[in-house]
Amino acid sequence: MKQNKLYAFLVPVISVIIALLIASVIILSVGKNPIEAYSIMIVGAFGGSEQIADTLVKMTPLLLTGLAVGFGFRAGIFNIGAEGQMTMGALLGAVVAMNIGSVPSVIAIPICIISGMIGGALWASIAGFLKAFTGAHEVITTIMLNWIAVNLSSFMVTGPLAVGSGTPKSPEIADSAKLPVVLKVQASEMSIAIFIAVVVAIIMYVYLEKTTSGYELKGVGFNPYAAEYGGISIKKSIIMTMAISGALAGMAGIVDILGVPPNRFVGELSGGRGFDGIAIALIGRNNPIGIIFAALLIAALRTGSNAMQVQAQIPDDIVSIIQGIVIFLVASERIVYSLMQLTKRKKGSAAA
Amino acid sequence: MESNMKENIDYSSYAVVMKDIVKQFPSVLANDKVNFFVKKGAIHALVGENGAGKSTLMNQLYGLYSPNSGEIYINGEKCKIKGPKDAIKYGIGMVHQHFMLIDNQTVYENVVLGLEPKKGVFLNRKKAKKEVKNLSEKYGLQVDIDSKIEDISVGMQQRVEILKILYRGADILIFDEPTAVLTPQETDELFEVMKLLQARGKTIIFITHKLYEVMAITEKVTVMRLGKVTGEIDTKDTNPKQLATMMVGREVLLRVEKDAPKLGKKILSVSNLWVKDNRRLNAVKGVNLEIKAGEILGIAGVAGNGQTEFVEAITGLRKAEDGKIILNGIDITNFSPLQIREQGITHIPEDRIKRGLIEEYPVYYNMILGKHEEKPFSENGFLNSRFITDYSTKLVEKYDVRPRNINMLAGNLSGGNQQKMVVARELDNTPSQPKMAVISQPTRGLDIGAIEYIHKTIISMRDKGIGILLISMELDEIFSLSDRIIVFFEGETIGEVTPDEITREEIGLMMAGSKNVFHSTERGESDETK
Repeated sequence: MKQNKLYAFLVPVISVIIALLIASVIILSVGKNPIEAYSIMIVGAFGGSEQIADTLVKMTPLLLTGLAVGFGFRAGIFNIGAEGQMTMGALLGAVVAMNIGSVPSVIAIPICIISGMIGGALWASIAGFLKAFTGAHEVITTIMLNWIAVNLSSFMVTGPLAVGSGTPKSPEIADSAKLPVVLKVQASEMSIAIFIAVVVAIIMYVYLEKTTSGYELKGVGFNPYAAEYGGISIKKSIIMTMAISGALAGMAGIVDILGVPPNRFVGELSGGRGFDGIAIALIGRNNPIGIIFAALLIAALRTGSNAMQVQAQIPDDIVSIIQGIVIFLVASERIVYSLMQLTKRKKGSAAA
Repeated sequence: MESNMKENIDYSSYAVVMKDIVKQFPSVLANDKVNFFVKKGAIHALVGENGAGKSTLMNQLYGLYSPNSGEIYINGEKCKIKGPKDAIKYGIGMVHQHFMLIDNQTVYENVVLGLEPKKGVFLNRKKAKKEVKNLSEKYGLQVDIDSKIEDISVGMQQRVEILKILYRGADILIFDEPTAVLTPQETDELFEVMKLLQARGKTIIFITHKLYEVMAITEKVTVMRLGKVTGEIDTKDTNPKQLATMMVGREVLLRVEKDAPKLGKKILSVSNLWVKDNRRLNAVKGVNLEIKAGEILGIAGVAGNGQTEFVEAITGLRKAEDGKIILNGIDITNFSPLQIREQGITHIPEDRIKRGLIEEYPVYYNMILGKHEEKPFSENGFLNSRFITDYSTKLVEKYDVRPRNINMLAGNLSGGNQQKMVVARELDNTPSQPKMAVISQPTRGLDIGAIEYIHKTIISMRDKGIGILLISMELDEIFSLSDRIIVFFEGETIGEVTPDEITREEIGLMMAGSKNVFHSTERGESDETK
């Protein structure tokens, strides 16, 4: 048990180290100094309160979409639709937030977040129902729903919700619905969103590990036949998994509007972060606590890469390379495992 | 005994030599300096309790594990078997305890998989079918080659497994408890196949728990206990009692002792039940039966005669197309599995890997499957971890699940210990005593020590007034436990008998579809087993 946990922790950590080593060869090959590059990157991501705020703001939606996808994986469902669910959550939540008026924030914010979660949950449930009742595979249906969401949202910001000229955008949300800012340094401001997201990760952990419902969902993911035999309704499990996964993605969408200027719905907002969720869930090995660190890692790489590009003229594509290698290694954990065994054996023979 | 053998000794008269094999798992020493020698062309039995290390030893021969130390010689040649591919290269084939078949492919596709006859880049289906058909006829392994694996019985699946290794041209065949799922007739047929194989110069390693089978077909026996070889003996020089003692380390009761049943009121009544199988064909055709409190009703039958579908309909896992299932006056027809559990029916499923457990869950989570929503296992939607841990620790002890490690993943337990875990969960009284138990193949793959315990448990449940429906391929088990026996043939009940008015052979004939057993015995089998 202990060994398993240690192993689960070591695989991603070793993967990151290997990825950094490989990337440094690439940095060397373009004639730069990798140690310098990485130190600029670290300073760029964590060097001061502004950088930290930037990193944490970037991290928030990544964490939530990572949780969304990871939750699905735990119950044996491959939710590729976090992108679309995020958009739909943002859309529904934003419409509520625009029209909520002067209700006190303590009430307005929860209502808006819940609306966003409902938006994502309903969108995901379409795929859930289709899988439960017709067997339609969720990978196909969620991808198709992504496209519908994209087009629906472009239509909304250019049509019914459009205001002003220039880039399509919705009206700004009511002030009462904006998340309180805890850290403001020059242009960077960080809201309480990151704390909400971390709390959600902890709740998900407790749900999966401590509740009967979590026990059932994981059971269905592992072996639906045995779950059915154990009195668990597979249909209910599938729909619930999809709904919760979608709610988390929807939350990512709405929190990004409530907490980040310009506090407007701008259509195709998610910029691939729904898909990033898949990578983050993988790196975090579908464990909510692991996903927190995975989201932090990816967010830090991205803020740090800006600094690296500006100060050391190293293309920020290097970050995509690092990210790619980490995912590759985590997914093919056998490689890392063999490496670990190899070092163990070496130690063993040295001792003998 | 062979420990002081010299390096250069000639092993060429042995098909398999495994010398000083040590295999250490994280928590258990599975093989402790094991020596295992099999002569060419022999049928050699390997016996021992669950967890004695038989399967581990064979998995090393088949290349699934590599030994920590020790040497393996095949036909006198020292070799390192790094994987099943190597094993196949050395002519070793294995019929696994858990079948390694692809459920949604046909029989012939499974047989040729990996060695397909090709037509260009495509599978040459005609040739594949022909080859498989020839092979199945040659060795008397009748099977519908166009059926999908998921649609055929466990017994049929095993035939496919055997065909698979024959197709690969194996010379050394390992049978891992092959008769656990067969009827007496099927077992006889399998023995014919084995003898035929032997006559053609093949070597057979036969892993089993059933001592009369050892006596019937093998020339030599190796007995293992707790990871060590406790004896190697010529079959003609031993007897079941001696072997049992060598296996278990103490004397074992080979017979079940029970009193006459104290029948209570009617618990379950099934009337005119119709159920379809996966192919949407009628598998159960108008079955009627009743079970009283305190009795064991045994269902005998060749695998694939509707027993599986019948059990699944009663336990809510399959839709009843017509008919009624009444439990204590309540119509439970087509209730959900959960509702049926709540009504007090517990169920040991025939296929423990598919239905009975979640391999990725640790033992303690498997011990509560189906009861997880009930107090004291959980409260207000939260699992009661402390209770679950204590409870599982207790059950693992009581039912002798080895190793005694509730944190171990169920998938890492040996087959027999998985079964003990399922039996423990389903037959235990927490949180409430079941009213009725549907028990399918309860001792499949178990060793004699565990069988003794489970049989005693079943009898004591009966004596507490629980109604028991027992389905088993083990005719001996049906015979020694049941108060009444119903025989299934092609989805119908072909007769009802009591164990003391009929013999093994007669019931074997009924299982083959003969209704009128009392007149058919003269022309029947000349099998002399008692």
